[in-house]
Amino acid sequence: MRFRANLWIGGGLFAIVVAGGVLAPWLAHSDPVMGANLMNAEIPPGREFWFGTDVQGRDIYSRVLYGAQISLTIGVLSQLINTVIGVCLGVSAGYWGGWWDDLVSGLTNMMLAIPSLVFALAIMAILSPGLISLLIALGLTNWSYTCRLSRAATLSVKTQGYVQAAKILGYSDIRIMLTQVLPNILGPIIVIGTLGMGGAILAEAALSFLGLGIRPPFPSWGSMLSDARDHITIAPWISIFPGLAIFITVLALNLLGDGLRDILDPQARTRSP
Amino acid sequence: MLRYIIRRLIQTLPILLAVAAVVFLLFSVIPGTFASSLADDGKAVMDAEIMERMNKQFGLADPLHVRFANFVVNLVQLDLGTSFRTRQPVAHMLLERMWPSFQLAFAAMAIAILIGVPLGFVAAMKPGSLIDTSSIILAVSGLSLPKFWLGLLLMYLFALKLSWLPSFGYGDGHPKYLILPAIALGVSPLALLARTTRAAVLEILNADFVRTARSKGMSEAKVVRWHLARNALVIVLTTVGLQFGSVIGQAVVVEKLFAWPGLGSLLVESVSLRDIPVVQGCILMIVLFFLVINLLVDVICAMIDPRIKYS
Repeated sequence: MRFRANLWIGGGLFAIVVAGGVLAPWLAHSDPVMGANLMNAEIPPGREFWFGTDVQGRDIYSRVLYGAQISLTIGVLSQLINTVIGVCLGVSAGYWGGWWDDLVSGLTNMMLAIPSLVFALAIMAILSPGLISLLIALGLTNWSYTCRLSRAATLSVKTQGYVQAAKILGYSDIRIMLTQVLPNILGPIIVIGTLGMGGAILAEAALSFLGLGIRPPFPSWGSMLSDARDHITIAPWISIFPGLAIFITVLALNLLGDGLRDILDPQARTRSP
Repeated sequence: MLRYIIRRLIQTLPILLAVAAVVFLLFSVIPGTFASSLADDGKAVMDAEIMERMNKQFGLADPLHVRFANFVVNLVQLDLGTSFRTRQPVAHMLLERMWPSFQLAFAAMAIAILIGVPLGFVAAMKPGSLIDTSSIILAVSGLSLPKFWLGLLLMYLFALKLSWLPSFGYGDGHPKYLILPAIALGVSPLALLARTTRAAVLEILNADFVRTARSKGMSEAKVVRWHLARNALVIVLTTVGLQFGSVIGQAVVVEKLFAWPGLGSLLVESVSLRDIPVVQGCILMIVLFFLVINLLVDVICAMIDPRIKYS
């Protein structure tokens, strides 16, 4: 109860980031891709360029704003894919049991053994860099935790009276899973989904930083940082602001997730990663 | 005990085999082969005859199941194939990169354990205190930091501004080259360990057996040593094992940033050049490392906690 503050701080920060991304066309000072002007290269932060300019003279403030669109799109959509896969596999495995459960559990154990960033990297090796490839790479590699969680939750819900009652009434398995099981295990899933979104944004930034995600000149926070290292002595602001944007966004989601957990999943304070 | 270890080993094998299958299949569904990707990327379009010869040379002309069978048979003999790029045996390349990777992962985990566990412990012993609150803030911030950004900032401050440490490279294994990458990599497991330790200790402090021990007049030092430390250790050790996987995965970015010659930077290079045998080798190596560490952790936990059954 004491830390309900994290819900409000996290929610507030996240709202600011979302507003920044949505309102980017109106808030930005110049075009994030075409606004290059070599005459303005590497100008430190000041009145005209709030966050300074990069090597090609583009306004970093505008690029950071547009970067929010990419990060949030990938974070939300890829985590949605993960959640759908994880819930479908986890609930059905927990409900049906048997060979299907063994298969799903085996698959989950295997996924847990491959670090998700490494798996995503491997998928990016096959696909060409870009938004859709990133969604596939990040959406298919991080469902194991959701799957385990929904399986365990389903196992405990399955024995409840209302599920037994629905069975006796002749509900189909799918209908029971959707109308009886799912609504009762939704709390922890939302929490994991929120935390996972932060993870997906970090992973996108990492892949773009490695040159395997969003390619320049598009303003992904990760790709903005990828060429910043070579200029860090002369123009440290190129490295600072995109990184700060990633940090604040992920912090907001982590705080929000923790806050939601206190409300939606009060028993699970020690269970989470 | 030995039976427990053998049983856990047998449980690990199918996971490894499944990972091998996925890694193999993943790179077999790509339309075209390495030879044709060379032709697409390179300036000159490759001669059909040369392409066929290259496919034969790398064994890419056989049907899928034959290739997978060969893959597994070679794997068992520790033959991971030949790099498309350097024509060196992959196993050889991996061996070369393994040691720097281990150094970095262990150094990062050492930092995380040495700071994170005591921090979480002290925080839990004094809930609501200043140190508790700051440990919570520190933990959530540490989990939200992009490692490569933290690395960039550390590099800027300690290498370029203060000139205390070298900015990047391996420096023939000199420890001072290890410090910055290890900190960058260690911060998120540190945060997680502080959090897990705090939560575990808080839960154990509220457990019935601790209340019983206290009410029968056991001294606080004995309660901590007998009940708290042993119970918390199992939870903390399990987290450490799982975090190793995350650390070796995250090392990919940190190694690239600091030009650290480990498995991670080899993986990134090979992914960009589509040097598939090396990519496969790196992933299998990373997974093997993760599984072995977790096996060790399970064995240690079984030794500490008598409730875990050996047989």
